[in-house]
Amino acid sequence: MTLNAAITGVGMSDIGRKTNRPAMIHLAEAARRALECAGLTRADIDGISTYPGKADNSPGMSPLGTGEVRNALGLKTRWHSAVPDGPSQMAPIQVAAMAVATGQARHILCFRALTESSSQTATQRASIPGAGRARLGGWYSYLVPAKAMSASNWAGWMAQRYFHEFGMTREHLGLVATGQRAFAQQNPSAVMRTPLTMDDYLGARMISSPLGLFDCDVPIDGACVVIVSAADAAKDCAQAPLTIAAMGAALGSQETWDQRPDLTTMGAHDSAADMWARTDLKPADVDVLGLYDGFSIFVPFWLEAMGFCGHGEAKDFIADGNIGPGGRFPVNTGGGQLSGGRLHGFGLLHEVCTQLWGQAGGRQIDGAKVGACGMGGGFIAGSMLLRRD
Amino acid sequence: MRPLPELTPENTAFWTGGAEGKLMIAFCADCSHAIHPPQLICPKCWSQAIEFKPVTGTGAVYTFTVNHQPWMPDMPVPFALAVVDLDGAPGARVTAEVVNADPESVVIGQTMKIGFLNIDDIWFPQWEPAQ
Ligand SMILES: [Zn+2]
Repeated sequence: MTLNAAITGVGMSDIGRKTNRPAMIHLAEAARRALECAGLTRADIDGISTYPGKADNSPGMSPLGTGEVRNALGLKTRWHSAVPDGPSQMAPIQVAAMAVATGQARHILCFRALTESSSQTATQRASIPGAGRARLGGWYSYLVPAKAMSASNWAGWMAQRYFHEFGMTREHLGLVATGQRAFAQQNPSAVMRTPLTMDDYLGARMISSPLGLFDCDVPIDGACVVIVSAADAAKDCAQAPLTIAAMGAALGSQETWDQRPDLTTMGAHDSAADMWARTDLKPADVDVLGLYDGFSIFVPFWLEAMGFCGHGEAKDFIADGNIGPGGRFPVNTGGGQLSGGRLHGFGLLHEVCTQLWGQAGGRQIDGAKVGACGMGGGFIAGSMLLRRD
Repeated sequence: MRPLPELTPENTAFWTGGAEGKLMIAFCADCSHAIHPPQLICPKCWSQAIEFKPVTGTGAVYTFTVNHQPWMPDMPVPFALAVVDLDGAPGARVTAEVVNADPESVVIGQTMKIGFLNIDDIWFPQWEPAQ
């Protein structure tokens, strides 16, 4: 079974740290590049989709909503959506796929724009939920007031438990970080391109044990646009359509980071299981992977969730060289968020599409036809299989 | 500098029980399910007969992390954050800072006991080794 939806274009702005460029300027640049990629004009765009919508829950996290982007770019959309709750950062892509498959729109501009780097100041750090508010509600309120303020703390809990149960070490996570840096050195648009050795990795300061500086992704300013098109409309685009073969979405445990019964698994496991149940494709068919790496520990979790190895086996799978340059299942070939910058999953999907179109330059995976993408950490997750026909 | 939780009908007992030295956990009066974070409806049987009961205030470390990054100005580091499986409340965990112990000494499985830090109208749970 295949959805009647495809990705037809992707575009990324020039991303960087402390660019002091407004989010809309980044977004406009990404949109122009995505339209050029797809061979479309802005008149073809009749839908707009984003995650999570305009939000002030942490500085620079989501400065743009659908309405102002529609206004700024002069789009004549007839369908729009902004999804804060849903299949993670992948929500706007999945919702758009369902919209085009049901005839609500033909070509949907899905976007993510951030100014987390410029917005970070001495008293305002990116990605602290609720920072600056007098009183917190919801699930944050059981973590942030306890001084568990950052996702690095929450991911640290998962890593510590996983290390305890399965004997993973920091060297295994170091292979994730150094492998993705090696890919980033081949990617002109990655923000971190200097060589990273295992000694550099192990010598870096600790953030939240067992996670150190290079286990954490990099806040950036930038934007990424992915165009999702109806299957019949996709045939007229400049690139070969990347058909969405299957998707999975899950909220398989309580909506918070400390209560999932087994914290050596994530919502990823529920999401990926659903995805595989909806396709004849198998993990062995996959040529290139984009796996959410807000923290390095999410990569082994996603590998296990997606079935590339069994539960508890990711450390050996990684140590065997499967995921880095030259590996059988290359992961985050653009450098990922650890070296490429935190575009909240959109950058990972951008890279998978670039690989499937054979446009990844020196880091190109020969003959890549099937890509898998998993976004989200903790309780949120979205999974997708893309196939170049 | 520490952000405070807002008090609501479902969480007030949890955040203020420390005034009497008690860790108050929500339970379903009909099916005995422990509910944390607390809520007004039992997620297992939809009963609205929710009662807060003091638990022993002990438990075993399920996992932890030692935080080294000062997320806010003047935040003293390092400190340990422990996720503790509660005795007497199966399936419920309380996450809190570890006090009265070397942060690097925390290990998975060790027994902890609760204490409280009062700021304004909130009594924050804090874990310390039970010896
Ligand atoms: Zn009940």
